[in-house]
Amino acid sequence: MNTTFDVAVIGAGIVGSAIARKLAGYELSVALLDARDDVGDGTSKANTAILHTGFDAKPGTLESRLVREGYHLLSEYATRTGIPVEHTGALLVAWTAEELDALPGLRRKAEQNGYGRTEIVGPEEVYRQLPHLGEGVLGGLTVPDESIICTWTTNLALAADAVGRGVTLLLNRAVTSVEDLGDHTVLRASGGEVKARWVVNAAGLGADVIDRLFGHDRFTVTPRRGELLVYDKLARPMVNKIVLPVPSSRGKGVLISPTVYGNVLLGPTAEDLVDRTDTGTSEKGLEFLLGKGEKLMPDLLREEVTATYAGLRAASDHPDYLIEADAGQRYVLVGGIRSTGLTAGIAIAEHVAELARGAGLVLVPRENLPEPPRMPNLGEAFTRPYQDAARIAADPAYGHVVCFCERVTAGEIRDTFRSPIPPATLEGLRRRTRAMNGRCQGFFCGAEVKKLLESRGESACGQSHAPQEARR
Amino acid sequence: MTSGDITTLTPAVVIIGAGPSGLSAARELAPRINGEVLVLDRESTAGGIPRHSDHPGYGIRDMRRFMSGPAYARRLVRQAEAAGATILTNATVTNWAGDRAIEATTPRGRIRVEAQAVILATGARERPRPARLIPGDRAHGVYTTGHLQNLVHLQHGKVGKRAVIVGAELVSWSAALTLREAGCRTVLMTTEYPRPDSYSLFSVPGRILFRTRVATRTRVTKVIGRPELRAVEIEDIDTGRRRVVECDTLVLTGDWIPDHELVRAAGIAMDPGTNGPLVDNALRTDRPGVFAVGNLLHPVDTADIAAIDGAHVVRSVIAWVEERRTPAEQVRLVADAPFRWVAPEIFRPKDPAPARRRLLLWSDRYIPFPRIVLRQEGKVVVRKRLWWPAAPGRVFRIPTSILSAVRPDAGPVHIGVEP
Repeated sequence: MNTTFDVAVIGAGIVGSAIARKLAGYELSVALLDARDDVGDGTSKANTAILHTGFDAKPGTLESRLVREGYHLLSEYATRTGIPVEHTGALLVAWTAEELDALPGLRRKAEQNGYGRTEIVGPEEVYRQLPHLGEGVLGGLTVPDESIICTWTTNLALAADAVGRGVTLLLNRAVTSVEDLGDHTVLRASGGEVKARWVVNAAGLGADVIDRLFGHDRFTVTPRRGELLVYDKLARPMVNKIVLPVPSSRGKGVLISPTVYGNVLLGPTAEDLVDRTDTGTSEKGLEFLLGKGEKLMPDLLREEVTATYAGLRAASDHPDYLIEADAGQRYVLVGGIRSTGLTAGIAIAEHVAELARGAGLVLVPRENLPEPPRMPNLGEAFTRPYQDAARIAADPAYGHVVCFCERVTAGEIRDTFRSPIPPATLEGLRRRTRAMNGRCQGFFCGAEVKKLLESRGESACGQSHAPQEARR
Repeated sequence: MTSGDITTLTPAVVIIGAGPSGLSAARELAPRINGEVLVLDRESTAGGIPRHSDHPGYGIRDMRRFMSGPAYARRLVRQAEAAGATILTNATVTNWAGDRAIEATTPRGRIRVEAQAVILATGARERPRPARLIPGDRAHGVYTTGHLQNLVHLQHGKVGKRAVIVGAELVSWSAALTLREAGCRTVLMTTEYPRPDSYSLFSVPGRILFRTRVATRTRVTKVIGRPELRAVEIEDIDTGRRRVVECDTLVLTGDWIPDHELVRAAGIAMDPGTNGPLVDNALRTDRPGVFAVGNLLHPVDTADIAAIDGAHVVRSVIAWVEERRTPAEQVRLVADAPFRWVAPEIFRPKDPAPARRRLLLWSDRYIPFPRIVLRQEGKVVVRKRLWWPAAPGRVFRIPTSILSAVRPDAGPVHIGVEP
């Protein structure tokens, strides 16, 4: 590639996509690189999908500030783009005297973090809100603004918005070496090199490796595996709130959360690994979750499990977000972004832009920025195409349900292949539409979805009307 | 949530599911009932699961024939249509809209169906890997039999070269047949039971025919390989020893769960044993005018048995539409170990006997000639030796004549075995 970009952003997860989008709002040419074949295919795809108020962050940290700002920025962005969000609220539940004693401290901490709407409640109120909780609740702390969000749509919206603003998206580019040529940097990558005047490292699990390629030794990423169980939609009425554990010295613990797709999550585990690609589930992890679940909400465990998955958080030895700009190298590190990165992404992008400006990147706002994309709705709380009589009347493909469990239509699958970032794989299609993510896991639709992937969404749309017309 | 206009249809009876049980019900009802019989199916072709099983063995008990799954499915569709029923495909029922009314999505628009009676015939599916909690990598190449047969028979897709099948029941051999047709060799079948579960008619020649070893008392403990499946780890349940078997295809067979979402959404009483609705011998659920048939009730029996349910329900549906009356006298049937479930679960002595005069049960243990014991209020009511085996992986049948000594006023009947 002969172009020299003004900025190359490494990593097309939520944070990298938000940064590329932000920088493309200025008079800059921007490249967004990712080692995988899709955006958001690493840490961003597999988390607990909670939009955090930041009530439990460490006060005074960069993380605390950016999560708080990010909560409002992402909420507003979600409204504009159609990213599904449900403001369910959360309840921190104390099961031991020690946990109960910790609640007032957590409440003060929330206030220090600028969040003043928590309330300490007794066990009757906890059971009133969550009647299916197991026996032994001593009290709780309400966090009425914690919310659930679709992490996949958030990542896609930010990346599609970036592409809409002119960003060049380069997939399958794993950066292997870096050379600083004084006025620009050459990133050597699988699939070809990329030249850019400035480089932003938002490589998530690989951010420390890229940082070392730039000659630094600031931090080490430890992949921390979190395994989760996804319960059937029939369990959703039991869990209308996020059920948080009281954090202990051993970490945040296991939560129960509704999902915007209408399921219930139980997890995550927390296990430090060496292999940065090991997203398999483990016997030990699943057993641990079942043990926890049996105590937290025994009724939930009687329901069917729809999915199990594992995500890798980019845990680091640094206690806060590690965001630093190096004027000499024209380089910004965005490291140590843990699970709060989903909430904080847009605020991180604002912060990075300001840091880069301070380090000498000239930022001239662009006129006539395109509107952000309207994302297809994957949320159960909002009208989906199969429910929309007017939409089906206008285009029968939205009345052709392909995936019965998740009620995904041929029209939606076709649309993803016409979107700014079409899916390359079945996993990509699943994240864009929910197809095959349901309780049967492909028993009924697996073969047809595969055919639709191969025909890029066209095979069912034409065919779907033939039997109908033949009947007339 | 719904927006825009929707069309309302008012058939006499709506049947949800155009598989063997739903289509048989339609065929028998349409000529006998005043008004339309409408069958809704979410797939683009009616016929249900037999369409995916391109091998012979269908239609034995209901049609007295021996035919392939697809031929059987086509015949059921023809018969239902010839009898005057209307079949609407690509119609996914999305919600209830009243006691006997539902909403559905079709390519021709959203519809509401208000009927005098509803027959639920939604069948069953196999539990997929996550529901079985098999840990390991998220590898491609892991299927249920349903997914596999869809892929091979309907879409003519490709699978791998070396398969491991989890299960050694009838459906497992059906999976092995499908794999062979797709050019994939089954290198191993695993079962947690101490012996293969299907009829020895299948398992002995099956082993020779497919050159397949059946490993009893084993289970899959890990899936290895990403993105493509490379191997599975197999544990010997008795010794705890584990070994790795190389394969690129893993088929999870059996372990059935009814498609009971509409039952739960309606708040209809369910049986924790079958995971389907509780029904009586006339196949009534506890919601007046809502009936259930087929593998939704007994997950899972063969297609012909499901079809016979469809014919059996007709009399009670007509009685409901004409008289709206249910006999009061009833007694609950309860499956005791080693039985996992019994269907139907409610016996009304004043009603006609259950279909084929059989109770259907699922056994978790192999018993060559079980001595069946019925207890009421702790006392033995009936003891009877049966001359056929109870085996895991297929339905065990008990003649309903065994219920003749049951007292309708004496509390639940526990059905178990004596050594």
